[in-house]
Amino acid sequence: MNPESVLPALLGLAWLLPLASFAIIVLLGRRLGKEGVLASYVATSAILSGFVLSAIAMLVWLGSAPAPEEHHEDESHASSTVDAPLVVRAQDAGEEHAAPVDAEHDDHAAEHGEEDHHAGHHAEPPRSYSGDWYLLGEFGDLRISIGYYVDALTVTMFCMVTFIATCIHFYAVGYMHDELHDVDDHEVTLEDGGHLHRRGRFHRFFQYLSLFCFSMLGIVIAGNIAMVFVFWELVGVCSYFLIGFYFERHSASCAANKAFIVNRVGDFGMIIGLMALWGSLGTFSFGDWTDSEGNQQAGIFSQVRPEENEYQLRTPDGMVRAAASEEVAQIVAETGDLEASETAIAEQIPEWRDGPEHYGYALLVIAGLGIFCGCVGKSAQFPLHVWLPDAMEGPTPVSALVHSATMVAAGVYLVGRFFPVFTPEVLLAIAYIGAITLFIAATIAIVATDIKRVLAYSTVSQLGYMMLALGIGGWVAGMFHLITHAFFKSLLFMGSGSVIHACHTNEMTKMGGLRHKMPWTAYTMLVGCLAIIGAGIPFVIGFSGYYSKDAIIEQALSFTNENPAHRILFLAAAGGAAITAFYMFRLWFMTFAGPPRDERVYEHAHESPKVMYLPLVVLSVFAIGVGWQLPGLPSLAGNTGLLEQARPAGTLANVEGGAWLPELTIPDEHLSHVKEIKIPATLIAFSTALGGVFFAAVFYGWRLLDPEDARRQFFPVHRFLLHKWWFDELYEIIFIRPAHVVARLAAGVDKNAFDRLIDGTATFVRGVSDQVDRSIDRPVVDGLANKLAQWTYSLGLGLRVAQTGSIRQYVMFIVVGTAALFLLVSFFWNPTWAGN
Amino acid sequence: MNLLTEPVGLTHYLVVGAVMFVTGAVCMATKRNALGVLMGIELVLNGANLNFVAFSSPYLRGSSVFLGLDGQLIALFVIVLAAAEAAVALAITLNFYNNHATVDVDEADRLKG
Repeated sequence: MNPESVLPALLGLAWLLPLASFAIIVLLGRRLGKEGVLASYVATSAILSGFVLSAIAMLVWLGSAPAPEEHHEDESHASSTVDAPLVVRAQDAGEEHAAPVDAEHDDHAAEHGEEDHHAGHHAEPPRSYSGDWYLLGEFGDLRISIGYYVDALTVTMFCMVTFIATCIHFYAVGYMHDELHDVDDHEVTLEDGGHLHRRGRFHRFFQYLSLFCFSMLGIVIAGNIAMVFVFWELVGVCSYFLIGFYFERHSASCAANKAFIVNRVGDFGMIIGLMALWGSLGTFSFGDWTDSEGNQQAGIFSQVRPEENEYQLRTPDGMVRAAASEEVAQIVAETGDLEASETAIAEQIPEWRDGPEHYGYALLVIAGLGIFCGCVGKSAQFPLHVWLPDAMEGPTPVSALVHSATMVAAGVYLVGRFFPVFTPEVLLAIAYIGAITLFIAATIAIVATDIKRVLAYSTVSQLGYMMLALGIGGWVAGMFHLITHAFFKSLLFMGSGSVIHACHTNEMTKMGGLRHKMPWTAYTMLVGCLAIIGAGIPFVIGFSGYYSKDAIIEQALSFTNENPAHRILFLAAAGGAAITAFYMFRLWFMTFAGPPRDERVYEHAHESPKVMYLPLVVLSVFAIGVGWQLPGLPSLAGNTGLLEQARPAGTLANVEGGAWLPELTIPDEHLSHVKEIKIPATLIAFSTALGGVFFAAVFYGWRLLDPEDARRQFFPVHRFLLHKWWFDELYEIIFIRPAHVVARLAAGVDKNAFDRLIDGTATFVRGVSDQVDRSIDRPVVDGLANKLAQWTYSLGLGLRVAQTGSIRQYVMFIVVGTAALFLLVSFFWNPTWAGN
Repeated sequence: MNLLTEPVGLTHYLVVGAVMFVTGAVCMATKRNALGVLMGIELVLNGANLNFVAFSSPYLRGSSVFLGLDGQLIALFVIVLAAAEAAVALAITLNFYNNHATVDVDEADRLKG
């Protein structure tokens, strides 16, 4: 089996299946069974087959991986498995295929245990397969194609996305059951005071889910940044549809608009980044590609981190040339010969690049910041985080799939994918944005009482963690947290959906004691809470979050040791861990523990149907175990082992500052696993989490202290947090009001100037046509026709006299007429007429 | 050329046919009785028939060129046509009589303009 052709085929099929399902549901809609009930079967089987194909792809990947010489059972790298039974087979496959080990595919997982972390000889790029499926068009340098870029990250993401999507499809079959009949939407009040009565939209929900899965997988498999952008927007559109699923509700349609518009802001930056990249590098492609003449062309990654520079970041030649255009023009003018000037320029480029002005570096930073800007929008980072909590207006399966596990992960994924292109300055910006986001969102989650909003802010906060991890050089840590978070956050959201399904309310202040009523939901959610706070026995074993979050905190500590000036990043990460623990357990205690707060709700509550809680159980197994390195398996089959295989080339070394921030050091990620850092970091993470849980228990579990007192005590703070740091109000004043003013102005101009102009033109034209009607149409055209008719009429009147009605007269006419004819002919007949 | 001294030939037939035709036409134009008009029609048709038959006969033409049976055929055709026409016309006349108690064609001027 040749992975180079098999992997793209498998993943491509897994990617296209949801599109097929979408097409089927769009075309057939309600005709699929009764009220479209079969749509769920179509969509679920598509995504399930997608998962199976992804799992096979994972097997192929592992099977074709070079076998590690030996792997160090480093605890911090105790990795997880994506799917235990699969991995067992993968190991066999790995042994079978161990022989044709490709020497150029370095095994990072084996390497990381080595002593020389500083070597910087992480000299081989990660194993990846890239290529084009279909060339859409070639316009000069601009080459737009549908291609793929498959590496370990792609395969892992495929497995994760399709698996979670499968669980959520099953769950949604139960959750969206009401949509199979006509629905009375009690949240929509009509003008006559009644409630909206509408047809169910079951099939439409699954149609959007399928389209969403297709788009998300498209981002992951995309082989060039232009394709990423297309699917990026598709994901945004799907999100818009799904948030606005109950579009008759004003809040839902507003939230959908908000999500869409806020994402546009980020995408604007992304387009700038794309232009900067394409304008200077002349390609969108990630990997290297072969052009139609058979020449090898460098993709973005190998231009930014060329092989001759040992895969270290270097401003690409194209950017240097673009920035030094004046000097280039001067050289061309001086030499006067294009060929000669080309060599002269080529000689000058290294000087320009490394000179004091760092030509082209700014362009690289702009490209990085631009791409990151798109990620800020999609991953709901500060300052564009405002849309995600509002997006909870959508049905809960959507919140679980789109707004926790996958779509918002797309931003983090893209940062991870573009990691080789980011300069240290950009990385620092990413780290700060991540830290600010994680802190702000965590504080807001403390006071939120809507169960889904708590989880939404928690998502924002965890995404901040991932960004922070990426920004401080923890590539694997960030990506690992992305994977683990997807599992436990979808679990938590589906649990909350189960609670909402039972209680018909989102307000935690009306819940309490529900664990007696719905034990499955309660204890699976407890697993989710433990996983998200990173619970575990230090240094021994823990939930999946324990591994990923500790990896982030270790990297943060390692970063702080190198750069004391940026201590705040570590403090945010550690403090955020405490706050996370607090609000997650506040949620659990308020919902499931203690006496019920609202008897009516409690009486009404019931456990959800099996199709809803079974996915919870499956997911909770993964939330526990996805971070584990199962004994007896090769490390590269585990989660971090897998991700290590995708680590961008040249990023496993201390990076000593960029051109503008020379004192910044981004430490080697593997250095964070040494004892001096690991032990304090783990202890800090553990104790902060424990502290958070303790406080939550004091306030909400044991109820030793009344939260009401704390609320009064810290009234200004509470109000500040309750209003979400006044972000919405701030944006209202800064952006929305001015926009409204401008809109009103524009409307005024429209009405007073343009409408008048158009009305005036219309009146004028009407006047002219009236005149034409009166002076030309009526007298000339109509008159002519009338005259003709009159003539014909009078002619008829005249001829009427001839019809006497007397047969004898007619006979006379005929006889006399014939005789006259003969007479005439005999007088005038000319024999030549007949041809003689 | 004196027809009365000539042996009977084509010209005599034509003269008889012309006399019959004119007599018929005058009869049609002058008779007020519908039956008289019909008789006139018969005369006209048969006058024409006589011409066809005469022209068609090589003997009468005094030529040995045989022109086929077209003339005789058309004459037969006209006879059949005249029979059909007479049947229809007599039926119309009978009906007219039933309605108006007369067969005077001058009374039948309902369609005048």
